[in-house]
Order: sequence, then C-alpha cells, then structure tokens
Amino acid sequence: MPTIKSLDDLKRIREEALEKRKVKTASGQVQVIVGMGTCGIAAGARDAMKAILETIQNENLEGVIVTQTGCIGLCEKEPIVQVVVGDQPKVTYGKVSPEVARQIMQEHVKNGNVVKEYMIQV
Amino acid sequence: MKMTRSMVLVSSDPISIQLGAQEVFQALQEQIKAFGLEEEISLTMVGDVGRHDALPLVIVYPEAVIYGPVTPEKVPYLVEEHLYKGRIAEELVASVRELSGRIAWLHARKGTLPAEQRIVLRRAGIIDPTSIEDYILNDGYTALGKVLTSMTPQEVIEEIKKSGLRGRGGAGFPTGTKWGFVAREKSEKKYIICNADESEPGTFKDRLILEGDPHSMIEAMAIAGYAVGADEGYIYVRGEYLLAQERLKKAIQDAREMGFLGKNIFGTDFNFEIHIHAGAGAYICGEETALIESIEGKRGQPRSRPPYPTTHGLWGKPTVVNNVETLANIPPIINNGADWYRSFGTPSSPGTKVYTVLGNVNVTGLIEVPMGITLREVIAIYAKGMKNGSNFKLAQTGGSSGSIIPASLQDTPMDFDSYTKAGVSLGSGALLICDEDTCVVDLAKVLLNFFRVESCGKCNPCRIGTQRAWEMLDKISKGQASLSDLDKLAELSENLYMLSNCGLGQTAGTPLRDILNYFRAEVEAHIRLKVCPAGVCKMEELIPLS
Repeated sequence: MPTIKSLDDLKRIREEALEKRKVKTASGQVQVIVGMGTCGIAAGARDAMKAILETIQNENLEGVIVTQTGCIGLCEKEPIVQVVVGDQPKVTYGKVSPEVARQIMQEHVKNGNVVKEYMIQV
Repeated sequence: MKMTRSMVLVSSDPISIQLGAQEVFQALQEQIKAFGLEEEISLTMVGDVGRHDALPLVIVYPEAVIYGPVTPEKVPYLVEEHLYKGRIAEELVASVRELSGRIAWLHARKGTLPAEQRIVLRRAGIIDPTSIEDYILNDGYTALGKVLTSMTPQEVIEEIKKSGLRGRGGAGFPTGTKWGFVAREKSEKKYIICNADESEPGTFKDRLILEGDPHSMIEAMAIAGYAVGADEGYIYVRGEYLLAQERLKKAIQDAREMGFLGKNIFGTDFNFEIHIHAGAGAYICGEETALIESIEGKRGQPRSRPPYPTTHGLWGKPTVVNNVETLANIPPIINNGADWYRSFGTPSSPGTKVYTVLGNVNVTGLIEVPMGITLREVIAIYAKGMKNGSNFKLAQTGGSSGSIIPASLQDTPMDFDSYTKAGVSLGSGALLICDEDTCVVDLAKVLLNFFRVESCGKCNPCRIGTQRAWEMLDKISKGQASLSDLDKLAELSENLYMLSNCGLGQTAGTPLRDILNYFRAEVEAHIRLKVCPAGVCKMEELIPLS
C-alpha cells in the first residue's frame, strides 16, 4: 500500500481510486453488495452471501464483484442485498434468503431484469 | 396506532384551552368526518408545543406546517385546503415572530418530510468497512489532513466548542470543553480513549457505527490526539463485539500501513498510535473511570471523583474519554465547519442523534435524526406506528439507565435540555417503545434485576439498595406489598441517587422514581386490589390461615 506523506498524496490516491472505479462502471461491471453488519449476519446474510458466490461459480459469471458493507439502518429488512449494474442506479433488495439471492443473481445480474417483488425503498 | 397519511396536532396547554382549543378540536373532528377523511388522518390534542404567541396552534404533519391562531370558523377552510386538496393554507400559517429551539427546526423543514439526517452514519451501509480505499473515496482522512496541515490545536478545540457538540454517551457534556480541560494540562503523556463498551441493554448504535465505518474512529481519535496533545489512544470495545473488533483491527493495520497512524503523520511531527482493548462483559466498565481501571488491568470499579479523568485518567495522566458516536461527529465538523453543524438540531443541542428503535413497533432499527424530534414523530414516521394497532404507553430511553417516558411526554423535543427540564433523561439512544400490555412494575423489576446483578459492589448504597429495591418490586408484583412500601421505595430511589458513587447507582433509582411519578395508580392497584392492570404480574395465591 502506498504511504501518505502529505495532503496532496491523499488527494492523488483518492483521484486514482475514483478513476479506477469509473473504468469499472463504464465497462458495465456488476457490483453486488451484501449488508454484513451484526443485524444482517443474524438475519442470515452469510447464507445469502454463500448462495451468491455459489451462483457466480456455478454459472461462471464474469465481471461481478461481491463486496460487503455495514448496517444501513433498515435492520427490519435484513438481510439486504444491493445490486449496481454499470452506471445504473442502485437497486436494493430486502429479506434476501438464499433462494431469493439465487433468483436475483439469475434474473437481475445475469438477465438484467430487476426482481420487483423483493425490492425495497431506501 | 393506525397508519395514517397525515397527523394533526392541536396544542392544549392551559392558555390554548382558554382561547378555545377544545372547540377547534371538535370543529376539526367534524370537518374531517364531513370530508370522509377519518380513516386517513389522525387527530390528537397535545400538550405545550413550546410556542405561545399564536395560540391555539394546529400542526399538520408530515409537512410540519404550524397554523395559528386557529378559530373554529377557520377550520373548514383549513381542512378543505390542506387535508382535502393537499395545499398549504398560507393565510392561516402562524407568523414568524420569535423562532427558537424546536419551533425553529420545525419551521426550517417546512414543506419537507422530516427526513433522516445522516452525519454519523453517512458512510455506514455504503462503503466496504474492510477497505481503506472505499473510506478515502468517501472523503476519508481529509479532516485529519486539514487539521494537521492547516490548523493549530487551539483552533481545532475552538471549532469543536463552537459547533456545540455534546457527548453522545448519555450525559451530554460539551465535547470541546472536555478537550479544553485536557489540552491545558501540562503533562508529557496524555491519552485518548474511545468508549465503545456499549453495554446499555437495547443500544446498538456504536456497534453498527464501528462495524460499518471503523476508519472514522481512527481519524477522529487522531484529531482529538492532535488537539489535546496526546500521542496514544485506546479503543475499549465491548467483549461481545467480535465483528467490530475484527474490523477495527483491520482498519488500524491498514491505516498504519498507509501512514495515517504511526510517526510523522502527513509529513508533520505528529505521532499517534491506537490500541484495542476488549472488555469482558461487565456493564460497569462503560463508566469512564471503571473503564480506565479495566485498561490498567485492575478490577473494573469506578474511582471516586474528583479528580476527573481530564486531569488524572489512564495511569494518572490527563485523558479524554469520548463515546463512539461523539467521535464520529468530529471529522464532519472539521470538514464542513461549526456553522454547518449548528444548522441541525436545536440551539442548545446541535447536530443529530442516532437512536435504536425497538419494542412494540412495526419497524425496528437504526435511525439518525436531528436533535429535537419528538417521540411521537419517531413512532409515527420512522417506526411506522405501533404493532397490531395497540396504544403507546411508555418509552424507555437509553437502555436501563435512562428514564421511563410516559405518553404525556411524547411531544417533548428529544434534546438534552428539554428532557432535563421535563425531569427525564435522554440516555444513550435506545428507544424501547412499549404498548399497554407492558406492566410498569414488571418493567422496573427487570431493570432493577439488571442493576442488582451488574452493581460492582464498591459502595453500599448501590450494592444493597439495588437488591432491596428489587425485593420490594418483587413483593409488589406478587401482590404482597403494603402501601408503606411505596414510601420506602421512593426514599430508596432518592438515596440511590444521592449517595451512590457512580452513574450506575445514581441512575438505578430512576425507574423507581418514574413509575411512582407517572404510573402510581397502576402500582397501587398491585397493592390495594392485588391485580395487575396489564395482566403481566402473576399474583400469588394467598394461602388462607386455617
């Protein structure tokens, strides 16, 4: 990792990361974000995560990045999975069981159709 | 509480009543019925809303428009315009004379939904907590850079003082003042402690901040270190928070590798190092002096104060002890300035507060809202009403050491001063909402059982007092108490408050005082009639003497 010695270093690193991210979104990369705060994990986020990773492996999906994040404040709706396809707006799904996760991966990530019935308002 | 689209409140303090609030209320009732809106609109009479120049006032949510003075003749127009057609009846809106506190806040957000205002949680749930790159992408470490390269320690403290930030652990002590105390001490070694031993039952805000945004703690502690002249910090994390510890460890390691911790940060001669210290599950270690003892490797018992940790803290050195949420507020204040921060919340308690909402409500979870919101708003807007349409009976703020808030206080703005004035306390941010099926004696018994177990035993009033109070409540809940026990209970609550060494004992008496103040009839029913009105306590059959 680069060491930061001044404010300019910080700015430069920020810019580089921003650039990297832009390239990723421009190439239509899919980002799947799983809420992995304690509330999410207690509601079964690990199972959803596992199902997502399995689907990616079984289907040989390419260009999909799976990341985790903390609690977004909707503990009631956990496990929460967010999907960002390229530069399209973020879609948030609530109460994602492993089955729902597989469905999202099939229909949204693979075929590009939002799974409306599990979408939630943020 | 049903789900409704609008909420109409009529002020009913004595002056409003005198000026015809009752008639206005009736007229509203009739008109709402005439338009067939009674299913969609809730109508309530509330107490003093904090403004006395245009009574009686009618406040309509979610737009938060204040109408006044309203007379029964004006009601049909108001209902037709605002509630039926959905337009704000401009000519009836109360003129702005003197805006202060909550009213100013209501006014500022006129025409908009009282939206959540995310300062502390702005990154939680958006960034990957294990990635320092994500944090930097979202303005991470810019505040630290700004402080180190362009501000003197005095300027930092002044900025925090100006922002009016108050400690979010429950006591509400001004953070800038605390930093000032430590900064003026002459000592070659000072410490920053982040109190993440969040052991209040029902509070989980700090946990989710740490899990969602661990780098913000590191940045804020380094800023605090620079401001007061400390070069070492401790994060005292609750033992049960394994995930938070894991993420903090990763964050500290990453920050060290990138040079945000260690020697010569940002090329200056400022050094800072952070250690994690895991608690072992004792409630008392959330008290700052007990926490310090625990870090020193001693038994977790509070010290006598004064001297305060600001002069004699960790290993006898001046120490800043700040709550996680307090620290999380620091980087945004530095980045955006004190005036920006003051634009949220009320004048005496600026900023936002993170609450964890739980209990008999439809939606539980974490919210961050400006200071000065009321319980009624929290329940209706964020918690989406009471579960199963039941009625709100009481709320318990701030875990077990907070107050019991009766329904009559649900329109009191939730900020430090308004709550102190009303004789209750805000606590650390848990809102346990209870419906009518909750028995106050049972609730107090559960709380006192907690205190009796968690009391460290150092001072007699707390060690024995909490035990005796629990025994008395147990007696009441079994229908075996006498009325004189209530007087003893009141005296005990007073003694706990006055004689205990630390916050644990001092607040242990609060639930007793509150239930006797607000729910005396219900408590007496347990004694006089030997029934529990809520049907919770099981009265033991008295065996007749043969």
